[in-house]
Amino acid sequence: MTTTQAEFRAALLDPARAVPDGLTDPKGQPTSRRFAVYRNNVTVALIDALRTGFPVLCKLLGDQNFDQLARLFARAHPPTSPLMMHYGEDLPAFLDSFEPLAHIAYLPDVARLELALRRAYHAADRTALDPARLGALDPDVLMQTRLHLSPTVQLVHSRWPIHDIWRYNTQADAPKPRGIAQPVLVTRAAFDPEPHALTLAQAAWLQAIAENAPLEKAVDAATAHDAEFDLGPLLTLLIQHNALTDISTPKD
Amino acid sequence: MLDATLTPPRLPAAPGVGYKAQHFADLRDAPGSVKWLEIHAENYMGDGGRPHAQLRALREDFAISVHGVGLSIGGDGRLDPDHLGRLKHLVSWLEPSSFSEHLAWSTHGAEFLDDLLPLPYTDATLTRVAEHIDEVQEVLGRRMLLENPSSYLAFAESTWSETDFLAELVRRTGCGLLLDVNNVFISATNLDYTPQSYLDAYPLAAIGEIHVGGHDEDEDDHGAPLLIDSHGREAAEPVWALLDHALAGTGPAPVLVEWDNDVPDWPTLRAEAERAASALASVPAG
Repeated sequence: MTTTQAEFRAALLDPARAVPDGLTDPKGQPTSRRFAVYRNNVTVALIDALRTGFPVLCKLLGDQNFDQLARLFARAHPPTSPLMMHYGEDLPAFLDSFEPLAHIAYLPDVARLELALRRAYHAADRTALDPARLGALDPDVLMQTRLHLSPTVQLVHSRWPIHDIWRYNTQADAPKPRGIAQPVLVTRAAFDPEPHALTLAQAAWLQAIAENAPLEKAVDAATAHDAEFDLGPLLTLLIQHNALTDISTPKD
Repeated sequence: MLDATLTPPRLPAAPGVGYKAQHFADLRDAPGSVKWLEIHAENYMGDGGRPHAQLRALREDFAISVHGVGLSIGGDGRLDPDHLGRLKHLVSWLEPSSFSEHLAWSTHGAEFLDDLLPLPYTDATLTRVAEHIDEVQEVLGRRMLLENPSSYLAFAESTWSETDFLAELVRRTGCGLLLDVNNVFISATNLDYTPQSYLDAYPLAAIGEIHVGGHDEDEDDHGAPLLIDSHGREAAEPVWALLDHALAGTGPAPVLVEWDNDVPDWPTLRAEAERAASALASVPAG
């Protein structure tokens, strides 16, 4: 009699299935408590990984509700890589179509923000741009220049106040979330990712920059949202947080 | 079979601890007897950031052991070439003193199950695991250590004892062994043999590292004791006794304290390392 890994795996993530044949206690008797150790190890490990990766989601839902969600998600979407630091990439999409929590419509975007923070944490290290290189450019050249974003930079679009929600659930004395759309920029100046709330115009500008548009095109994308768009504050923030790594001027 | 000249420097015959980021400052300020650190390979396979920066700093002061938990050496499919490539990259820049993995499987098809799952000890398993170890040693260009599992059940189809199975893998591949005495105690209790008889049959000469760690106690369907490998507390007294027993056979060896869940403050973990130091101090030089 052989017990295949396919049979073992099928029973591992489906508690309704019988323990595979050929697994015994030392006396050769069938055993369910012993197989349950593996079932429990896998489930607990995956739930713990999701708790670690989505602390704000866990706080919003409460431990019990979060564990129920995590158990359902883990059984439907086990990890596809041994790099557990990336586990949960599918959770926002799972939440998008998860009927029991559909009434808390901002949850998927909060999960997206938490994933973005994790990606930023593990992103590659790059030397930051010397801002003097931007300052030295002729204004006409500047507007045709492309900015290279650090791999630590993440942009999360949302029509919910996810930055406020994140802050309210992670910082003492944070103000209550406002009823506004809040795209979020994540930067990592050194080692700790930091989220920043953006206006819709700023998010449109950053999206264009991320898609390698020259500054002029990116400003056009922003002014479509806000005719008064001022590039200064966001550019300063990007420079201060080591979010730019290089520039390409037209003659490059 | 691996070319022995490729063997890298060995870990010091001293206490080490499983590295946790919260102990970073303590380890540099007050390491006590701790001379080396073990990291889980997969936690350092991101692209950069703090995990890499901490490792670069720690390798200046400590020997490093890379311990894989995701290669699925016992898996019935082929080893994941992407994962092997990531391991090769980590080992190339970090230049650790040791690389080890488990006699277990954790990947099935495209799924990673995040646990060390058990294998039947058969000729077919032996052939497959030996091929996988050969591949790992060839890709990494170094000898690896293979760790004995903690077992909760037996396979009716097994035809080899675990100790003979490990000895045969050593003979076929030239790999070394990582003896986890907590796992020996757990498996012996759960599968009803004496841990001393396991050590007496174990190929002690192949040992490159020893693990001690904590376990929890439960019962099976029939009320028989069922120990769980939790790595969430101090090692139990019989596990320390097994360490002494093993060290009497090996002479001084690298001994790692594993504490992965409910990780304690540094003084508590260091006290476990000091206990390992005492055990090592009472071993006659090999």
